[in-house]
Amino acid sequence: MALRTSPEVGGMGHSLKRKEDPRFIRGKGTYVDDVQLPGMLYLDIVRSPHAHAKIKKIDSTKALAVPGVLAVITGEDLAKYNLHWMPTLMSDTQMVLPVEKVMYQAQEVAAVLATSRYAAADGAAAVTVDYEPLPVVVDPKKALQPGAPVLRTDKKDKKDNHIWHWEWGDKAATDRAFTEASVTVKEDIYLPRIHVASIETCGCIAHFDKIDGKLTVWMTTQAPHAIRTVFALVAGHVGLAEHKIRIISPDIGGGFGGKVPVYPGYVIAVAASVLTGKPVKWIEDRMENLQADSFARDYHISAELAARQDGTLTALRIKTIADHGYADAAANPSKFPAGLFHVCTGSYDLKSAHIEVDGAYTNKPPGGIAYRCSFRVTEAVHTIERMVDLMAHQLGVDPADFRMKNFVKPEQFPYKSALGWEYDSGNYAGALRKAMDTIGYAELRREQAEKRKRGVLMGVGISSFTEIVGAGPSKHFDILGLKMFDSCEIRVHPTGKAIARFGTKSQGQGHETTYAQILAEELGIPANDIQVEEGDTDTAPYGLGTYASRSTPVAGAAAAVAARKVRDKARKIAAYLLEVAEDDLVWEPGKFSVKGAPGKSKTIQDIAFAAYTNHPQGMEAGLEAVSYYDPPNLTYPFGSYICVVDIDSGTGEVKVRRFVAIDDCGNIINPMIVQGQVHGGLTMGLAPALFEEISYDEIGNIRGGSFIDYLLPTAVETPKWETGHTVTPSPHHPLGAKGVGESATVGAPAAIANAVVDALWHLGVRHVDIPITPAKVWKLLREKGVKE
Amino acid sequence: MLVKLSINGEKHEADVEPRLLLVHLLRDVLRLTGTHIGCDTTHCGACTILLDGRPVKSCTMFAVQAQGKELMTVEGLEQNGKLHPLQEGFVAEHGLQCGYCTPGMLMTSYAFLKKHPSPTEDEIRWAISGNLCRCTGYVNIVKAVQHAAAQIAGGK
Repeated sequence: MALRTSPEVGGMGHSLKRKEDPRFIRGKGTYVDDVQLPGMLYLDIVRSPHAHAKIKKIDSTKALAVPGVLAVITGEDLAKYNLHWMPTLMSDTQMVLPVEKVMYQAQEVAAVLATSRYAAADGAAAVTVDYEPLPVVVDPKKALQPGAPVLRTDKKDKKDNHIWHWEWGDKAATDRAFTEASVTVKEDIYLPRIHVASIETCGCIAHFDKIDGKLTVWMTTQAPHAIRTVFALVAGHVGLAEHKIRIISPDIGGGFGGKVPVYPGYVIAVAASVLTGKPVKWIEDRMENLQADSFARDYHISAELAARQDGTLTALRIKTIADHGYADAAANPSKFPAGLFHVCTGSYDLKSAHIEVDGAYTNKPPGGIAYRCSFRVTEAVHTIERMVDLMAHQLGVDPADFRMKNFVKPEQFPYKSALGWEYDSGNYAGALRKAMDTIGYAELRREQAEKRKRGVLMGVGISSFTEIVGAGPSKHFDILGLKMFDSCEIRVHPTGKAIARFGTKSQGQGHETTYAQILAEELGIPANDIQVEEGDTDTAPYGLGTYASRSTPVAGAAAAVAARKVRDKARKIAAYLLEVAEDDLVWEPGKFSVKGAPGKSKTIQDIAFAAYTNHPQGMEAGLEAVSYYDPPNLTYPFGSYICVVDIDSGTGEVKVRRFVAIDDCGNIINPMIVQGQVHGGLTMGLAPALFEEISYDEIGNIRGGSFIDYLLPTAVETPKWETGHTVTPSPHHPLGAKGVGESATVGAPAAIANAVVDALWHLGVRHVDIPITPAKVWKLLREKGVKE
Repeated sequence: MLVKLSINGEKHEADVEPRLLLVHLLRDVLRLTGTHIGCDTTHCGACTILLDGRPVKSCTMFAVQAQGKELMTVEGLEQNGKLHPLQEGFVAEHGLQCGYCTPGMLMTSYAFLKKHPSPTEDEIRWAISGNLCRCTGYVNIVKAVQHAAAQIAGGK
């Protein structure tokens, strides 16, 4: 896209330095734990050592004797206000604090309120709880078998651990395609439970002012407005009305989906503040964060892919068991219990597909968030990319050639997928070709063939993913009934500077810069003259927040639409000032000129001043607009990634030698920020591919509950990413943009897994589940008879 | 216990419990909130500060262990209104996103560059491997440190 603005204005396409950086490099950000209020109390939480146990007695005597401890809050206390249970985003229920039993290890059991952080921790350690252990259900497949202990005994008519069955697609046509297929492949793919582990954990400060009855909560939330409404709906009966609730989402130290849900700690802190009238701070530590906050994935997938003898793919069939822990607290749009998993036909022109997903309860923390991904898209992409690779290898066809043959072609867009999505635009072959050229694909295959002769293990893996982001059109997308629009409100001041507020909330994505650039592009006001604000529900327009790569597709579009409304009014004022008809004016970023008389013009700054000092009679003063943008469709970013791995046949260690990522997110607003998002996304793709997993032993003890066992990649394991892009604008987005924050996390794991299987295929290896640890590979190599 | 120490060239004293962690003295008592907390196990490095010039994780030290020491935190990097080359490098190379790990990264890199003024990329990667970043993928942090190294060398 050609630049339409100067670097001084800094519209779209400029790598403007970030407006948020000056405070962060000085240590002057304001994260939630940086806020300290006079008279503030501290909350600490007592957690269960058992995965499933009856609570026989909670003894607070010793805790209350600890100096500084003011109260011990239990489920019984909250039950008096009917706040011991709360609804989840998926219309299930979860406990705030238990009354009868605990359902997972590290579940909240009681909370201690004290005058200091240390006293609260001492108090929590002094609470004695008498438990009676109950049978534990860890494996979701066993949970669904007849005779399994029923976990949700709170639900009167519940006789099993089955949450829901969901299916999508044409079953008859898909089954027929499989019957007629010349070649089919089948694989069980497990995408394990993982955790986003943003470097800042979750927390809040709840401050209820008893005099004016107003609750202010500083909170690590990605969706402050939705949280305000949820609080009003859940706690309306104890007197919290929405106009008396203010949610402030301050600087957020990474979100990735983990700061979408409402965790019990927030609710207990609010309850404690309402009861005491004092500010109450709750900040979880890292182990609480990993052990109790919402997990991602945990999908047990069984997939089948069908093709004709000539290698034309025809159909996809998937059955999945989704482990939701003890409650379905997934952060999904209401209509889609398996999120957008049904984008699983990916980049390929499949004529039929059918998927089934069954949710199961187990003795694990509740959730089902996205790990930097749009509602289960990684699960979808990993499945189709693994299956396509498997089919290519099975047919003895090069996986790149096989993809090229089966891609949806550029002329097929807008493309209706077999599972009903309308892909907006794409050029899948273009991205793959560029990735192949960048990495030198043909030469790598020659090197691999030569090394294989010598017994040296090397693999090349491809992932040509299609994402689905920017939820979403109000016809299909809501969370708890709230339609998934987003918003921008812009006010241009008399001197031509502006403030713009949004319903989203940045967690590091750089919204203060990106949104200002969109407005600079549309209005010609320099980006540095535009103040962007988010995250305060008392001032920002209502919006559904930042997750699922929806900020640019939805709120970014709202910014463009609001700016165009401002421009429409500016045109009227310019016509008045220049004494010409509106139709006689032409716009270029920053000014209206009279057609044929370019010297005769008014800048946006002239017009802004006139809007307050010399506006036409009969017109309202001021220059501002608001947009609540309801996207007509989702956007479909895509890309092709190629990864080269070398495997140490002695230790089983997989080393990513090179990784080329070609992304297409439509028109780019800030190339520097887009590249940064891809770098970060790739690293969060590498992490679950090779390192991260939260697993449980047979009695429900968590493995991976601290950074000792849950391994985030450091700078040493992380490869030097090679990035590039193609540009295929979205036809329906006002700026042609698509969203990019999550593409790399979605696309990268399959490229790495495919590279590993590619390296081991000749040994008879057909699939390896992620994380592909040295131990796993070492075992495989020994099984296949490879000498150390 | 009375603890006396110097932070960013300024003398401070505070009466603290012997068990108070150094990071809590900095953040909660002295209100230097640029130093962050990200884990309980000394892995993430968000709390990294300099103690007599050496990078330490302030979540794994008691405040009283810093008795009489010279500390430097992220707030001490900017001198007389002039940013340190590392701070400039992180902005120029987009070496930060959410900003939460940034103070720790800056302090680790500061100590590292003092000892290794012209490091290789591998040396930088090893140097910052005790500091976790979830946003950037490290590529631009490495570039930021290289940027600073070049600036410092050029300034000599």
